[in-house]
Amino acid sequence: MEYFETLLGPAWPVVWTLAKIVAIVLPLMIGVAYLTLAERKVIGYMQVRLGPNRVSFFGLRWLRGWGQPIADGLKLLTKEIIIPTGANKFLFILAPILSIMPALAAWAVVPFDPNLVLANVDAGLLYVLAITSMGVYGVIIAGWASNSKYAFLGSLRSAAQIVSYEIAMGFALVGVLMMAHSLNLVEIVKQQQGSYGALSWNWVPLFPMFLVYLISGVAETNRAPFDVAEGESEIVAGFHVEYSGMAFAVFFLAEYANMILVSTLCATMFLGGWLSPIPGLPDGFPWLLAKVAFVLFLFLWFRATFPRYRYDQIMRLGWKVFIPVTLVWLLVIGGWMQTPYWLWASGAH
Amino acid sequence: MSFQSAVFWVFSAILLFAALRVITARNPVHAALFLVLAFATSAGLWMLLEAEFLAITLVLVYVGAVMVLFLFVVMMLDINLDRLREGYWDYLVPALVVAGVMVAEMATILWGRYFQLVASPAPAAKAAGYSNTRELGRLIYTDYVYAFEIAAVILLVAIVAAIALTLRSRKDTKYQDPARQIAVRKEDRVRIVSMSAEGATAPEPEKGTGSA
Repeated sequence: MEYFETLLGPAWPVVWTLAKIVAIVLPLMIGVAYLTLAERKVIGYMQVRLGPNRVSFFGLRWLRGWGQPIADGLKLLTKEIIIPTGANKFLFILAPILSIMPALAAWAVVPFDPNLVLANVDAGLLYVLAITSMGVYGVIIAGWASNSKYAFLGSLRSAAQIVSYEIAMGFALVGVLMMAHSLNLVEIVKQQQGSYGALSWNWVPLFPMFLVYLISGVAETNRAPFDVAEGESEIVAGFHVEYSGMAFAVFFLAEYANMILVSTLCATMFLGGWLSPIPGLPDGFPWLLAKVAFVLFLFLWFRATFPRYRYDQIMRLGWKVFIPVTLVWLLVIGGWMQTPYWLWASGAH
Repeated sequence: MSFQSAVFWVFSAILLFAALRVITARNPVHAALFLVLAFATSAGLWMLLEAEFLAITLVLVYVGAVMVLFLFVVMMLDINLDRLREGYWDYLVPALVVAGVMVAEMATILWGRYFQLVASPAPAAKAAGYSNTRELGRLIYTDYVYAFEIAAVILLVAIVAAIALTLRSRKDTKYQDPARQIAVRKEDRVRIVSMSAEGATAPEPEKGTGSA
């Protein structure tokens, strides 16, 4: 490493940071590819089907199905991108880029280990909130630039939905903030370390907020049962109805990258990040991976189980259920912390 | 030129361009999107001033929420651009007066050192562990708690007033009561009748009158 440092001179920090970014994004993209396969397999088994079971590598029998994401990707790469007449060409191309940008940029502050984080910034939680709140622009601009009624309806639905659920999500994170006394994600995980193992994590004292965050996360990523922005039974495919080929694939990548991001944030803030659930076992990155996989499985399970919400039901849930629940729990937690019966005190502050 | 000042000049150039396009773009949606760009770049400038809480909050509140609602409304407007441009130049004189006042005000601020308005020097850079957010929170909830609470109450009143002004309860609106929907039991909706399987009592279909 020192050899490269002297070789590249002042360019070294830039090159090194870029290498770290690649080290995060590359596994993420592979994760996205195999999340699509996992989704089709899991939902397949839940519906007593087999799911993809043909495409393999080198004709190996035991790898059948594993080549499916690669084949899908290649198919989308070679398809033509059709830009509709009357569409705003620049914004039409910009929309998928705007929707994948936040899904990747937010990973900058996500800690994988006590020392393994790209940017250990103090305002990490705020940064994540701000960056993920920009994801809605991809959907809105796609809907408007397509010059199509279905796409436009999808983007209007998405705009109202995401803005509503962001409030509940923000309040849920205020609870995390009160627990950790810090906006730094590394500090937030460290504060959850305790002698009770999995019971010291934030999901126990903040249980209502954990649920609100999880469900708002499903709504923020436009996943079933909150996928009214796509709503194929009502508005064909919603905001991306006019997209084809790689432009569509980028939306697809963004959706799944967002799912992984929300799951990772959920695991970091409520499920103890890299901490081990059983006291005594060593902490480490594999625990985080296991927790993220568990939350992702919940996402797939929801999709296989619940019918799509009606639009007014979504709004009611966000505004009249989640926001009051989080506000009440903020008061409960704040009051409880002042009493001697508070069980999760950490010596850090 | 240091890297920081290079960033400052690039961001300022983008900010000025975006701000100019907000008022010159023909299409209101484009104008709104340029306003988003202006907010994002000014957040970058604030970040350079080490005001990270304000910078991130600007992105979170204005880019993430306010401008989304703005776009939501602007996209639904059916604007005839030619009609909008009629009489554009009639407003020249009042516009020039307003512009002159604004230029004068900004000049007073920007040349504040010359007019000896600015007494305080620029603050020194803070140490690495300094948390902007924590300090701001501490000030707001201790020294300025009354002002903060009063501002919050005023905002709450504004919210209630906005809802009260726009809420129209129509008598013919149909809506569900979710509590009642959940409370429904099977017996309320379904009646199970026990019948013999052999259709001895079922009426024979009449011949010749069968419909398609």
